[in-house]
Amino acid sequence: MAQQQPVLEMTGISKEFPGVRALSDVDFRLFPGEIHALLGENGAGKSTLIKVLTGVYDQDAGSVTLDGQPVRITSPLQAQKAGISTVYQEVNLCPNLSVAENILLGREPVRGTKIRWKQMRREAAELVARVGLQLDVAAPLGNYPLAIQQLVAIVRAVGVTAVADGAVPTGTATEEAGQTEVAAVAERQGARAQVLILDEPTSSLDRGEVEQLFSVMRRLKAEGVAILFVSHFLDQIYEICDRMTILRNGRLVGEYPVRELDQMRLVQLMIGRDLGDLEELTEHIRPAVGEPVIQAQGVGRVGAIAPFDLDIHAGEVVGLAGLLGSGRTELARLLFGADPPDSGHVLIDGRPVALRRPAAAIHHSIAYCSENRRTEGLVPELTVRDNVILALQAARGWIRPLPGNQRDELVDRYIKALDIRPANPDLPVSSLSGGNQQKVLLARWLITQPRLMILDEPTRGIDVGAKAEIQKLVVSLSEDGMAVLYISAELEEVLRLSHTIGVLRDRKLVAQIRNDAGVTAGRIMETIASGASPDGAQS
Amino acid sequence: MTTETTPERRPAPDRSTGGAAPAAPTAGRPGTWWRAALRHRLFWPVLALLLLLILNVFFTHSFFSIRLQQGHLYGSLISILLFGAPLILVALGMTLVIATGGIDLSVGAVVAISGALACLYISKESDQNSLTGMLVAVALSLGLGLVLGIWNGLLVARIGIQPIVATLILMVAGRGVAQLITSGQIITINSSPYGRIGGGYLLTLPFSILIVAAVVALLVTLTRRTALGLMVESVGGNAEASRLVGINARRIKVMVYMFCALCAAIAGLMISSNVSAADGNNAGLWIELDAILAVVIGGTSLTGGRFYIGGTVVGALIIQTLTTTIYTIGVPTQSTLVFKAVVVICVCLMQSPAFRQKVFSRRRRGPDRPAGVAPAGQPDVEPRLEVQA
Repeated sequence: MAQQQPVLEMTGISKEFPGVRALSDVDFRLFPGEIHALLGENGAGKSTLIKVLTGVYDQDAGSVTLDGQPVRITSPLQAQKAGISTVYQEVNLCPNLSVAENILLGREPVRGTKIRWKQMRREAAELVARVGLQLDVAAPLGNYPLAIQQLVAIVRAVGVTAVADGAVPTGTATEEAGQTEVAAVAERQGARAQVLILDEPTSSLDRGEVEQLFSVMRRLKAEGVAILFVSHFLDQIYEICDRMTILRNGRLVGEYPVRELDQMRLVQLMIGRDLGDLEELTEHIRPAVGEPVIQAQGVGRVGAIAPFDLDIHAGEVVGLAGLLGSGRTELARLLFGADPPDSGHVLIDGRPVALRRPAAAIHHSIAYCSENRRTEGLVPELTVRDNVILALQAARGWIRPLPGNQRDELVDRYIKALDIRPANPDLPVSSLSGGNQQKVLLARWLITQPRLMILDEPTRGIDVGAKAEIQKLVVSLSEDGMAVLYISAELEEVLRLSHTIGVLRDRKLVAQIRNDAGVTAGRIMETIASGASPDGAQS
Repeated sequence: MTTETTPERRPAPDRSTGGAAPAAPTAGRPGTWWRAALRHRLFWPVLALLLLLILNVFFTHSFFSIRLQQGHLYGSLISILLFGAPLILVALGMTLVIATGGIDLSVGAVVAISGALACLYISKESDQNSLTGMLVAVALSLGLGLVLGIWNGLLVARIGIQPIVATLILMVAGRGVAQLITSGQIITINSSPYGRIGGGYLLTLPFSILIVAAVVALLVTLTRRTALGLMVESVGGNAEASRLVGINARRIKVMVYMFCALCAAIAGLMISSNVSAADGNNAGLWIELDAILAVVIGGTSLTGGRFYIGGTVVGALIIQTLTTTIYTIGVPTQSTLVFKAVVVICVCLMQSPAFRQKVFSRRRRGPDRPAGVAPAGQPDVEPRLEVQA
């Protein structure tokens, strides 16, 4: 492969946003007929690199060559014309149009100004058949499951590659009518897709659907298409990819053949620390105290997280570790009733309860700070005061408003205790900084005096000072006897705060490790990478 | 009934200026009260209303005079309130629905159904002047209004149909129901107790004005003295976040559609009582559009969230005053709609902070200024401009 000329080469790419250096001096190569994984943690620069490649962003420095020719891609349309097609995580096709219309949108066969519908369906059927799918192309796309829609998006993106490489000149044999259909499309499209970018295509697919996607990918690979594959599922990377490029903090870590790098080493490279550095003790380890507040037994939800058992005791902090998309948030949402579980049951104080709605969980003194402050937390146009009292007020019901003076006193107390700035309860909450908005959400739940507090990424996107404050708060809450479920992408935080660490991988709770002097970030990473508890330390 | 009687819960920091709170320095300093007034949310709608009223004086010199005759108050202002009462009621209900992020197109149909049912019941009575008969008719109409509200609410909240589509069903079908009730005729009745709803007087004031005042008081109490207003705004501001704090958004939505239909039913009683007849075809026709307009003029956003009851009342009064103005200044019939549209556009532009910013900043560097004078930061800049700065 080394002698071959790369179909795409990006050299020294840098991209800066106000205050953030998203990419610095990144190189990236893609060869024809390979599946190449782009890896890195959240915020490592993967999507920025893809957006530079597809013309959404213009790079500040660096060069791109396509087939050895230097190019400057300035718009997604131009990228497409140059043969770079992208399929995003959320299918962006039109579910109300037919499969054929979706595939050939913008390059329909026309006679004069009229679309030739029959030919359009024939062409689409042929394109679909080439990737091994059996579909009624006249049916609305929305009738098909998400996985099929994803595949249709891929068909749309690469539709004509296959013929572009050879079948075009033939076109004479009538028995190969299908071939000519495709050739016709190729002609109209005017360019062949030679690079296909798949951004998290498998995140909402089940195992069988992933298989189907992979077989399509293998076909395209055999036809010489270069595929850039982004996924948070490491197993899938090892199953389908040939080589991988790892990014960290906007910098290139390296380019490796998949076979030469085991999962353990890969996770280290992504997170950016060697095992040796991490053999250090963690502080703040206290024995778990108290009775179990909540016990989950076989709780699970198809497509979200496999059934799991988890006990959280009073005064205990349970941290969840795992890569993005490993099912951390999904687990938390089941315990809060934000999504109803479809198996297992939950005990609170030893008695079974039904947590099918958030209101039910709140009734049992469970609180949940979502990782999405804006979409699932704050009501932006309401004031700080209203946002703070919302959960308590909802629990009391609309007919029993908090008396004004009691409300103001409570709000003032929590504004002071959490040091929310500016300390003006009348401001709209949207005018506060991220860290202060997070504190408003914490105040909202603390005011309800929960017994179990679920914190999903409470320190994401806020400044260092606020991060430290929130971690201190978690420690003091647990010392006061509150049970805490703490989710964070930052392993140090989880290690520093937790009594018990639950490790998630591929939407499964694979291990629960009691945190003590012997537990290191390295061991957690090993568990994340291997999917098994290293020395059977199940608690 | 004026807007000043409607208490609002919060001072509502001016979002157009990024929430910079100017309240503290203005308090107590003489000569700056107008700045606080200028920043008040209701300033521009009230100004528009006053301008419209003043316009009338040029055509009817006695426009502002109110006189007492046989213990009843008469005058143009009273008439505006009287004839605007149904619209104010419907707009009040619409305010809550819009605050939850919905819309109710069916209010006009509910107006027609409610009037038709009441008139039908009374027309079948042997003694049309019986008070009990009238009370039963009113109760039936209001009850049916609530049922229609539940219907809308369930379609929106439980089945999940988009509000504009869900209420369109009743908007179209409801007219048909009203015509079925009246058998396609105009039912005329002769009931003095029923006629009092729209035409009666109590304590020198028309009865319908008192009904509106009572509903406003009830609504303000319900939304601002309980937590209902907070929850409505929360559901409209961020439905998912509201669900996650345990608010039963469905119940709230059903409640606001019920309230909206109830208001429309009362309005239907007023309208039919005023003319002692029920017209399934024309009663409340297009009132939903006027009501939506009143809500928007009052400052409530169509995307849901914060709502302003006082603003809605002012908005409805602007629309009613406009209708009156068209008659007093004698706009030709064929031009009334165009005239109305022009005024509405002007009111909406006055309301828009972005538009005011644009106009005033242009005036500031306009050609009428002497050349060479730097307009920005001038101490003698007109007061209005300073507020925009």
